[in-house]
Amino acid sequence: MGTAIATQESLAEQFKRSGKRARRGTFLLVLPLLAFLTITFLLPIGNMLNRSVGDSTVADILPRTAAALRAWNGKGRPPFSAYSALADDLVRAEREGKIGKVATRMNFERAGMRSLMIKTARVASTFEPPYAQAFNAVDLQWSDPEVWGTLRHASASTTMGYYVAALDQTRKADGTWVPKPEEDQVYIMLFERTLWVAGVVTLLCFLLGYPLAYYIARQDERTRNLLLILVLLPFWTSLLVRTTAWIALLQTNGIVNDGIAFLGGEGARLELVHNMTGTLIAMTHILLPFMILPTYSVMLSVPPALTRAAISLGATPWTAFWRIYFPMTLPGAAAGGLLVFILALGYYITPALVGGRTGQLISNMIQFHMQTSLNWGLAAALGGILLAGVLVLYIIYARVIGLNRLRLG
Amino acid sequence: MGRTTGIIIAAAAAIVILAGVLLFMLKGGSESEVNELDKELSDMPLPSADGTAAAPAATGTALAGKSLVVVSWGGAYTKSQIEAYHKPFQTTTGAKINSVDYNGGIAEVKAQVESNNVTWDVVDMELADAQRACDEGLLEKIDAGTLPAAPDGTPAVQDFIPNGITPCAVTSILFSHIVAYDSSKFPNAKPSKLADFFDVKNFPGKRGLRKTSPKINLELALRADGVAGDQVYQTLSSKAGVDRAFKKLDTIKNDVIWWEPGSQPPQLLADGQVTMTTAYNGRIFDAQIKEGKPFAIIWDGQLQELDVFSIVKGTKNLDAAMQFVAFATDTQRLADQAAWIAYGPARKSSLPLVGAYHDKPDIDMKAHMPNAPENAANAIQIDFLWWADHQEELNQRWAAWLAK
Repeated sequence: MGTAIATQESLAEQFKRSGKRARRGTFLLVLPLLAFLTITFLLPIGNMLNRSVGDSTVADILPRTAAALRAWNGKGRPPFSAYSALADDLVRAEREGKIGKVATRMNFERAGMRSLMIKTARVASTFEPPYAQAFNAVDLQWSDPEVWGTLRHASASTTMGYYVAALDQTRKADGTWVPKPEEDQVYIMLFERTLWVAGVVTLLCFLLGYPLAYYIARQDERTRNLLLILVLLPFWTSLLVRTTAWIALLQTNGIVNDGIAFLGGEGARLELVHNMTGTLIAMTHILLPFMILPTYSVMLSVPPALTRAAISLGATPWTAFWRIYFPMTLPGAAAGGLLVFILALGYYITPALVGGRTGQLISNMIQFHMQTSLNWGLAAALGGILLAGVLVLYIIYARVIGLNRLRLG
Repeated sequence: MGRTTGIIIAAAAAIVILAGVLLFMLKGGSESEVNELDKELSDMPLPSADGTAAAPAATGTALAGKSLVVVSWGGAYTKSQIEAYHKPFQTTTGAKINSVDYNGGIAEVKAQVESNNVTWDVVDMELADAQRACDEGLLEKIDAGTLPAAPDGTPAVQDFIPNGITPCAVTSILFSHIVAYDSSKFPNAKPSKLADFFDVKNFPGKRGLRKTSPKINLELALRADGVAGDQVYQTLSSKAGVDRAFKKLDTIKNDVIWWEPGSQPPQLLADGQVTMTTAYNGRIFDAQIKEGKPFAIIWDGQLQELDVFSIVKGTKNLDAAMQFVAFATDTQRLADQAAWIAYGPARKSSLPLVGAYHDKPDIDMKAHMPNAPENAANAIQIDFLWWADHQEELNQRWAAWLAK
């Protein structure tokens, strides 16, 4: 009896130990992936978020000015020490050839700062006290405390400046936020539009994808596979090709409009591309498989007997579908919806090509600041807000629907 | 099937979760780590041009075994450079030139210089970009004194058109933003002046405008609204002036199809998507000559811009790169290029040497040059320094105007 218990215990221990070993083995197997994700994903995102709050260009190149302005609260006139410090710093920056860099950086904050700083630096070595007059003699802009306020904000080592700009605001010298003039406001509207587009595309994908998934799930296996290949077919074509194909189809003299003109006369041609309609059509088409596949695979796992049982108990086919079948397939559709929604939030090639003027999303602005204006700080702040938005939506989604209810098949 | 999607979704979920974890981590150590990494990158010593004297412009120096990466815009433009610059340079010096295409902008140059991994030697850029890159210390300084003089002995600084030589850039060609139309769409009166572009009543049809930036569009609107060429930037410097330009653009806002790459406008015209569009003059010339399209150019109010050669800071082939730039921008080479593409040579001494199109001797290229006197009567040059100051603010307003 005693020996039997001892054997049992050691069996349990052995079982535990081998479980541990297996777990360690699994961990080692995913280690390359983890390292890969860290290098290609976590670090860049960290770098991005870091860039969105910090830029030491001004503090590095104009260190004395930065120190002098730190002592100023942004109200009234800047201290005299700031003038002499800036004169010193500008002379040094000019000599070391760094003035262009800091001037470009300052121009992100305030239009005209670039030429103001370059112009001033060119003659700064001739400045003599009183420095304030010397600065004003070069350009009267130096008598505007807001110019110094801009310098003060930009010379801080961490700054909320990019986030302020990303929310369509500007900062006064004393740090208070004021909204930008109406005609310059764009980012909040684009964030709202991006959310709206992602929502509409998700809805369209659901409306188109659910019936198709239902149809495919009810075929025999051969037809099913054939139809699934057709669903996957677009994945084998490049995204660019698919998007460009939509331009060819939808343009004013494209096939679709030719068809409409044939039926309704030349006047009936519609504007289907280079606007919001084009963005919605192309994005829905491209994201549709992400909705169909999870929905379909969940549908396959629903036993057909349940619906039959409901009908045999007196339910109409509609009630059986709506009360029995639909709730059981909802987790798949919810997973597909989440996937489509999150992918749609970050789309930029498709809207850039077919969106024209009104179909642009926030990601197009991010791309613009990355590649054209080179205002990486602002691009990072916009990206940071988008990332935070996605996380918040994800948490809400997890609370409302429940992640454990998501099913992929 | 289900498993594949499972993997896709799991990967997406993992990415989102990892991002969440990262947000927490950022509070702790990783921020400083990233900071250090950043600092290391920005502290990396950049090789300086000090002491590396610019090469004399004389050709014939043996550069055998050297190879040079020359980056440009691709298509017919790169082709013209290969024929007019690369091939003769390779013959006279023995150097090998690798031609690489890009889409403009300075992002790539910036990335190469900042990561201290410079693989491009010479880059063909828009002047405004070159100025910006020069300010940021991404380009080598080029000594104008090393550029060859004109055949009559005029020094290079006087031979080049205004702004043709800047500290980091030597201009090769002058291109022009013009309005082009499909003449078959206007059987009666043809549009002839810039203002006709905004006249959708008398000249019906969609218009094409460049979406990428307010540059060109604002100038175009003001010129069409009657602002004199020398008043354009003065007007744009006030808020009222900018308002006026946007108000003019408002009048056709809903009739515009927006284009981005330069290949698009002739395509839009050919497809009948627009009846009139802004375009690069060289692209329209190509469509006229090579494809025989019934397109016509309105030279009135054309906006000229310069395209330059720059040398990337820290290139290992500085000497050869300098020689190439000096060689490619000499009088004869610039005139030769005009036989391949309808862009104007940047040297005054080149213009009289411009001859016929390379395979069509009956087409005199002089008539197609943006800086030919009869075309340039009402032209202005884009003020790249003004744009360097105002692009951030106007880009923002432009984006807002477009999106609304």
